[in-house]
Amino acid sequence: METDAPLVRVEGLGKTFGTGEAAVPALADVTLQVAAGEVVGLRGPSGSGKSTLLNIIACILEPSAGRLRLGGETVWDGAYRVADLRRLRRERIGFIFQFHNLLPFLTAVDNVALAMTLLGTELAAARARARALLDYLQVGRRAEAMPARLSGGEAQRVAIARALANRPRVILADEPTAALDSERARVVMDLLRQVAQDQQAAILVVTHDEKIFDRFDRMIALRDGRIEAAG
Amino acid sequence: MNLAFADIRHRLGRFLMTCVGLGLLMAVALSMVGIYQGVVAEALALTRSLRADLWVVESGTRGPFAEASRIPGDVREMIARVPGVDAAGAITLRTAEMRAPQGLLRAQVMGYEPGRPGGPAAIESGRGLGGARFEMVADARARLPLGAMVTLGGDRYRVVGTTRGLVASGGDPLVFIQLRDSQELQFKLAPPAARRALAAGSSAGGTDTINAVVAQLSPAADPDAVAETVRRWKHLAALTDAEQGELLTRSVVNRARVQLGMFTVVLLFVSAVIITLIIYTMTMDKLREIATLKLIGAPDRTIVGLVLQQAMLLGVAGYAAAIAIVFMTRGLFPRTVALGPAEVAMMAGVIGGICILGSLASIRAALRIEPQQALGG
Repeated sequence: METDAPLVRVEGLGKTFGTGEAAVPALADVTLQVAAGEVVGLRGPSGSGKSTLLNIIACILEPSAGRLRLGGETVWDGAYRVADLRRLRRERIGFIFQFHNLLPFLTAVDNVALAMTLLGTELAAARARARALLDYLQVGRRAEAMPARLSGGEAQRVAIARALANRPRVILADEPTAALDSERARVVMDLLRQVAQDQQAAILVVTHDEKIFDRFDRMIALRDGRIEAAG
Repeated sequence: MNLAFADIRHRLGRFLMTCVGLGLLMAVALSMVGIYQGVVAEALALTRSLRADLWVVESGTRGPFAEASRIPGDVREMIARVPGVDAAGAITLRTAEMRAPQGLLRAQVMGYEPGRPGGPAAIESGRGLGGARFEMVADARARLPLGAMVTLGGDRYRVVGTTRGLVASGGDPLVFIQLRDSQELQFKLAPPAARRALAAGSSAGGTDTINAVVAQLSPAADPDAVAETVRRWKHLAALTDAEQGELLTRSVVNRARVQLGMFTVVLLFVSAVIITLIIYTMTMDKLREIATLKLIGAPDRTIVGLVLQQAMLLGVAGYAAAIAIVFMTRGLFPRTVALGPAEVAMMAGVIGGICILGSLASIRAALRIEPQQALGG
């Protein structure tokens, strides 16, 4: 496992919703890092700030304080903010959702290829790589199926393929096994571990699924917006 | 990869049903445009068919369509001798109800002298009027077959020919009969009334009265100059064909035209609101998908393209349905639905504009969707 170059570096991150008397602190002084090839779990009770932290690292929520660096590039730093956050998401971040969020009007292979065409890849080349990814995730035979025809496990594998499409160095997953049974949940986690190793990606998974806690390199526990424990 | 097409293909049934509904609405709006144009076309149909260059009517009137006009029958010979006039014909014009095989028929009855200006320019079936009396040429709108017998003013007429597209400004079909038959129908008093008139010391038998003279001029003649010559007779007024056309569209059918125009505008406004709401609903149905697209880094142009392309596809499909509906059913309308390439193209432009404007609110809403909305259950 390669741990010398953290791909995700969060320092003193804070987030407060609202202002004045209505201000609600969601995160306070959170510092963490995830290195290439590492699969880190983020757990905590409901309202502990897990999703807020994940949204900030995913560049879809602006922090109130602190610093965020992804792959060596500073994304947030007090007064500084990367201008095109959507480009950053396209190029550097793969996202896996709790309920797969595949576009219902595209086939499995096109859901994966879409992420690549957004980066300017030719459709034919994108589809070829999408098929290869689906094969890699052992769901290649379902490439032409619409998402409604896929089982929960198949849909989540297609979603993982989409997250991997642009070879991102950072992969964020929000409860990726919540909708799966124990066996499928373990399969998905094993796949993520394999991806982390094969692509030297940093993977951060929000979960409270105790069945898969043993599949992480480290677990970080959040409570009331602060890091309670870091394994 | 075209997301708009893919989404439509995925929900094809719903999209097609929406297009049919929208097509019906657009068909109503398109029909109104056609009826609006039809009122003008109908108003001018007769004058265009007669190919008259000059209309000579009673002094102080703007007859025979806008006002009543009565002039002596011999005016036709006077006008025929005016320099620049090639041919002149006397006409009478009145609205009448007649008993036809299918029931009571309301029509505009025009009397003219066969061989002289005033008759239909073209016969669609059968023949034109000959020398015999009590013959009739009827427009197809009257739905009278050749050989049909029609009772008009106590006399029975045989339909010997038909025309197409000749209707009065009010939409009634035109029927043509001999001038002499028409004069008797219009001006001859019934025997008891004639006896009463004679007893009162006035003439009762004279029917040589007409409503107007239509003149065709030689190519070198100036219609305004000839009209000026005719106006020197104090008992006559003259209108060029251009003036007659202006009078028909600006005066005779103006109220109907404005009414239809206003109704068309209201219909287009209603269509715009409905199209906007449909596009907005279609967009909001994809809230989660749009949020997902944003989360995986789709640029704004992808989102805008998705909404705008679907709006345009909806407009194109709906309008195609509307054109099909209108052109399949316009023969059923009691009045002319005049739709040519210009009207169809103009409405296409209006619908296109409505779709673009209608999608603006949806685009704004789509661009405001937060990527976080893709997360969670």
